[in-house]
Amino acid sequence: MNKLLRSMAFVAALTTGGSLAVSAVAADGYEKDPVAGVRHVPRPIHHEPQGEKCVAPTSEMRRNHMEKILHQRDQTMHQGIRTAQYSLKNCVDCHADPKTGSVLGKEGFCESCHRYAAVQIDCFSCHSAQRDAKAETAPARALTAAPRNHGTDSAKGNKP
Amino acid sequence: MSLDRRQFIAIGGAAVAGMTLAPGLRLMELAEARSPEESVTTLQRWGLLIDTTKCATGCTSCVDACHTENGVQSHNRPATDPQWIRKVTLKDKQTGYVQNLPLMCQHCEHPPCVDVCPTGASFKRADGIVLVDRHICIGCRYCMMACPYKARSFVHEDTTGQKPHAPRGKGCVESCTLCVHKIDKGENTTACAEACRKEGHNAIIFGDLKDPKSEISKRLAAQASQQLRPDLKLNNGVRYQGL
Amino acid sequence: MAHVTYTKMEGQSFGFWALLGLFGAIVAVGLAAALYMEHNGHWVTGMNNQIVWGTPHVFAVFLIVAASGALNVASIASVFGRQLYKPLSRMSGLLAISLLAGGLIVLVLDLGRPDRLIVAMTHYNFKSIFAWNIILYNGFFAIVALYLWMMFERRFNDYTKPAGMAAFLWRLTLTTGTGSIFGFLVARDAYDSALLAPMFIILSFAYGLAIFLLVLMAATRGTGRELGEVTVNRLKNLLGVFVASALYFAVVYHLTNLYITGKHDVERFILLDGGVYTKAFWIGQVFAGGVLPLVILFSGLGRSRAMIALASVLIVLGGLAQMYVTIIGGQAFPLALFPDKIVTSSFSDGVVGTYSPSLPEVLLGISGLGIALAMTTFALKILPFLPQTLADAAVDPHSKTS
Repeated sequence: MNKLLRSMAFVAALTTGGSLAVSAVAADGYEKDPVAGVRHVPRPIHHEPQGEKCVAPTSEMRRNHMEKILHQRDQTMHQGIRTAQYSLKNCVDCHADPKTGSVLGKEGFCESCHRYAAVQIDCFSCHSAQRDAKAETAPARALTAAPRNHGTDSAKGNKP
Repeated sequence: MSLDRRQFIAIGGAAVAGMTLAPGLRLMELAEARSPEESVTTLQRWGLLIDTTKCATGCTSCVDACHTENGVQSHNRPATDPQWIRKVTLKDKQTGYVQNLPLMCQHCEHPPCVDVCPTGASFKRADGIVLVDRHICIGCRYCMMACPYKARSFVHEDTTGQKPHAPRGKGCVESCTLCVHKIDKGENTTACAEACRKEGHNAIIFGDLKDPKSEISKRLAAQASQQLRPDLKLNNGVRYQGL
Repeated sequence: MAHVTYTKMEGQSFGFWALLGLFGAIVAVGLAAALYMEHNGHWVTGMNNQIVWGTPHVFAVFLIVAASGALNVASIASVFGRQLYKPLSRMSGLLAISLLAGGLIVLVLDLGRPDRLIVAMTHYNFKSIFAWNIILYNGFFAIVALYLWMMFERRFNDYTKPAGMAAFLWRLTLTTGTGSIFGFLVARDAYDSALLAPMFIILSFAYGLAIFLLVLMAATRGTGRELGEVTVNRLKNLLGVFVASALYFAVVYHLTNLYITGKHDVERFILLDGGVYTKAFWIGQVFAGGVLPLVILFSGLGRSRAMIALASVLIVLGGLAQMYVTIIGGQAFPLALFPDKIVTSSFSDGVVGTYSPSLPEVLLGISGLGIALAMTTFALKILPFLPQTLADAAVDPHSKTS
């Protein structure tokens, strides 16, 4: 009987402690929604990126951008392929917040979504999150004088 | 038509030889910089030629230019601050003769750092540039132990203000990239060589070691040059003259 | 020989919980130190661009080498058929696993990017001896676990011999690999030697057996089990032989270097004017870790258990000193890029590298030992690793003392 009580007390203590810890962590991310007056995780805020369109359709990017980043970085590093579609710098240049010039921060393109989805991003411990100040926008950087629509419109014969 | 065995083997051998050689031949010579959607190839090998007789005492333009170009900042902690390139002063023990030279990653053909990296993060690109793939570097610093030139630095603290073309971060190892971001854009120079040229010393020359018409190849063919630690037979991409 | 009964440690006493608490505290402090180092970056440690591997690596390599050697006792029983060592085999396997775990955890926590451990375990450059070591360490855990299973499960006892042989060969490869981490480096004068691999194997014998003896004596004493003279004497003599062999390797290594003119500078540095490294070499490695234990173990002093324990502790301390001289001293000596020139630069070229161990590093290193001992203590409670008795009569009925 004693043993049963002891193990029950142990489980209860563990559960209470665990729930307290989890709520403490979770509470940090919550905010009071000024409109509804209800606490929820802040929705991601997107500012209009520069440029006409992204290197791939939005639905595909939303789902697969991490695959692209993880795969294409090897080609950039090991094979020196730096076309706009393969360039994280290009992503940052287009998607940087027009006010802060960064993709990080509360309303940054990358960070606000990642905060919402609770997925940690490692890229910007090394990569600059700022738009390149030297006014080198994506089209100007490509040595080939390709117009803004990269990748998706190669059928139009835009490569030299 | 009917072939006897000898004819078949002869034709087959020729076909296999042709198929083996064909990918190495290109119909057009690599006259200009490759376009950014092409892979780098072994047709070029980038290197530096440093003329120590032209290197000025007390001048650190190459060091300053490199660190500005790549966003390498000092934290006033000389023991742990990264140095991609440094000026070394030599004084002969017997004769007292003094020399100066800049020392950076030698971009060896057989780099010990590439051999020892456990994850393969330290690698040599096809065009001879030795780089650290910071995506898979785990920060074990074994390559730093292995480098005979102490060319590598470890990033000991949080970094900010990285240049967009030169990502670098805490916990990874880094070294001279031969300004790979400039080379890939077709600028064909390095920050250090450019700075030395601007200062008027012209001690550092950048070029394609495999192109016999490049200035670096012509200079190397005309005058004696040395590698550092030639006994290790690493075939460095950085050569020195006047040592 | 008579059937051996193995029993679990009761583990209810105050002493047991106090010991576990002590080891747990050491581990907790070490983990806090690792978090501090990782969060702030390595600039808070004594390691820098000249001395890239510091105190954590001294402890880690020591523990890894000792782990391989701790399995020696089980190997002597299974592979070489010495019945006297058979009751000790289970403890031997346990210590091998726990020491290796302690060493590896310290190594991983000191990485610049410990969050990339998965990368290290999935991306391999097979030309790198370090990569091979990662494979060998993981395999060691699996093989020793299998070996222990064969020993524990009665119906598998017949397979102890082949499992023991596999473990024996694996650990020789592993220690060769550990020694080669340094031996394969052409850049540094103190490394770059084929001798380092076999030297590390002999060192593993010495360190591993010293720790095994200490833990055995403590465990049998703490649980009130008898540890007979025959066992202790055999282990003591074996330990003496290993220490003598380790000294021999050190002599050969330095004599060879002294013969080669090109290596005179590094030898002068280690043997004569290297400051702390010279002291660690002569006082730590040679005297405390070699000569003094030999005197204790092979003289009349070796009859006392306390003196044997002292000798073992000295061997452990001497081993740490040897690792310090090898790993840190080897890095401190400047690279010989420009022979016959006095070299100066802003990057410490041409000068001896400065290093002083910082508190976080030392705490992290010690926590490796803490992890090993905590794991061992806990395991002794949950599984029957210790034989009920190691009295002379039980162990060797034909001995003179039984």
